[in-house]
Amino acid sequence: MKPSKIVVQNLYKVFGDQPQEAMRLLKLGESKESVFHNLGQVVGVNNVSFAVNEGEIFVLMGLSGSGKSTLIRLINRLVDPTSGDILLDGQSITRLSAKELVDLRRRDMSMVFQSFALMPHRTVLDNAAFGLEIAGVGRRARESAAMKVLEQVGLAPFARKYPHQLSGGMQQRVGLARALAVNPSLILMDEAFSALDPLKRAEMQDILLDLQREQRRTIFFVSHDLEEALRIGTRIAIMEGGRLVQVGTPQEIIEKPADDYVRRFFRSVDTSRYLLARDLIDPGLSPSFAATRSVPPSASLNDVLHSLLGEHDPLTVAEQGGSSLGVITSSSALRKLAEHRLRDTV
Amino acid sequence: MSELWQRLMTTPQGALPLGDWVNALIRMLMDHNGGAFDAIGSVVEGLAASVEAMLLALPVWMLMGVFVALGLWRLSWRFAVFVLGAFGLIYVMGFWHQTVSTLALTLSATCLSLLLGVPVGIWCARSNVANVMVRPVLDFMQTMPAFVYLIPAAMFFGLGRVPGILATVVFAIPPAVRLTSLGIRQVNTEQVEAGQAFGCSAWQLLLKVQLPIALPAIMAGVNQTIMMALSMVIIASMVGAGGLGNDVLSSIQRLDVGLGYESGLAVVLLAIVLDRITESFGKGMAARQSRAD
Repeated sequence: MKPSKIVVQNLYKVFGDQPQEAMRLLKLGESKESVFHNLGQVVGVNNVSFAVNEGEIFVLMGLSGSGKSTLIRLINRLVDPTSGDILLDGQSITRLSAKELVDLRRRDMSMVFQSFALMPHRTVLDNAAFGLEIAGVGRRARESAAMKVLEQVGLAPFARKYPHQLSGGMQQRVGLARALAVNPSLILMDEAFSALDPLKRAEMQDILLDLQREQRRTIFFVSHDLEEALRIGTRIAIMEGGRLVQVGTPQEIIEKPADDYVRRFFRSVDTSRYLLARDLIDPGLSPSFAATRSVPPSASLNDVLHSLLGEHDPLTVAEQGGSSLGVITSSSALRKLAEHRLRDTV
Repeated sequence: MSELWQRLMTTPQGALPLGDWVNALIRMLMDHNGGAFDAIGSVVEGLAASVEAMLLALPVWMLMGVFVALGLWRLSWRFAVFVLGAFGLIYVMGFWHQTVSTLALTLSATCLSLLLGVPVGIWCARSNVANVMVRPVLDFMQTMPAFVYLIPAAMFFGLGRVPGILATVVFAIPPAVRLTSLGIRQVNTEQVEAGQAFGCSAWQLLLKVQLPIALPAIMAGVNQTIMMALSMVIIASMVGAGGLGNDVLSSIQRLDVGLGYESGLAVVLLAIVLDRITESFGKGMAARQSRAD
């Protein structure tokens, strides 16, 4: 088990002028709606606890108003919590002084925004170097560091341009470069790709995954798009009305959705695309069933289908050189596929 | 007090001596703060005199050349030709010296207005309390007939440039305050959050995020301040501020339509040149920002 990068414990955020009174009602079990009705206080985050592992892409999902944008801002304290604790590398950040907080933000975390939030009066290079400039890094050092990250996101030729001269996708690559330039161990991404068209969005997801393969950072990613979450998420958390409904791997989420709210996200998404070999195992057959061919448990649905097509023998699911986890037959694969396809269309 | 109350109750019309109270206040200020007014007066006089001396020290062709070059750089060669024609006309009409004086008065008053107005605007942007307090004061300053400022200004500072400039400052500050505050308040929330998320201190946030992004709005405020100042320094000739206003004033006193026309035209030409050049600074920046939000 990897150590936890972020641990959130019983976190609450109430917006309004009587947060303590609202907290009292919430702890008595009153709902967010009744607190708003009785006190006029808006509950943003309601008793949320979870942990983010080091090096993973943790995707926080929810509809608008679910509190996900508040939660991501609690982690770098753009919003201060009403109650509860947030540990970063085992250290509480809720009690940091203003100076310690500024220091932490400069040193170890950065953020990417939905509207890009670039500085229009700065060139692409100066935008990428923004965090380093704020931290007091000298011109030469920060420009060479910024140039390096611009190369990583493919924008080096545009270093001297201004943001308004770039397309939306390129502007967000500048936003990503700005976040990478300070070399943080944690990047917060708030609906970072939501403003982009689907093709650009997929391209940005690929850039992010490529970067993540080279240098493992912890990424806390807020999104309302399930396909995005399934595509990039190591784990996914689903939020509704300020509460956390479910936390799990993409497979756990699509296989065992906690409730109808989670299921609602599947409606427009073909979840079967995210099935892996291990999800297709025939529960009726013993793992020791002798099959001539095998696939690793993380093989994609398409790989499994290719192997099954035109052959009658089942497939063994096993890590290379490991023991068998189970067997996939044409009918078990078809059954699983139907389960997803038919559920999605209902 | 009881006497006033009785009059208000019996014959209320004209019973409230607000004007007397203001007179008493002014007299009290003059009696007790003469030193402060003298100090302010000498600072303003120093500023105005050195700006004017600087402008007059330049040869005529060089000062004209500066404006022609600005027109060429910021706008177009056509505007540069216009600037040359306008200043040439002023020169051959014989109003060059007065025009330079008026320009010096306008620039001095604008400098002071911005020096006071921009910080107040920043304060209003950061504090709702300040905003609520300052706004009615600005409305009062702008709608009070401009002549009214001249009287106390002349009483405090005597006749000459100083009361003219200070009355002008009172009249020209509001747009500087308003547009600075508006510009900062209009900075996108996520841009402010980006500043904070990367560890800006309050000063860094102001200097590296809020003010630069608000700069087009602030430049629009500078433009309006200059225009207000120019119109007011003409009126300020009534307390002896000098410049083109003197010619306008004497044309009224002598019913000399021709002189009034000439001096008025010089004011208009100067106004057009200043307006277009300062406006272009704000526009250039706004164009850069419009698509980046």
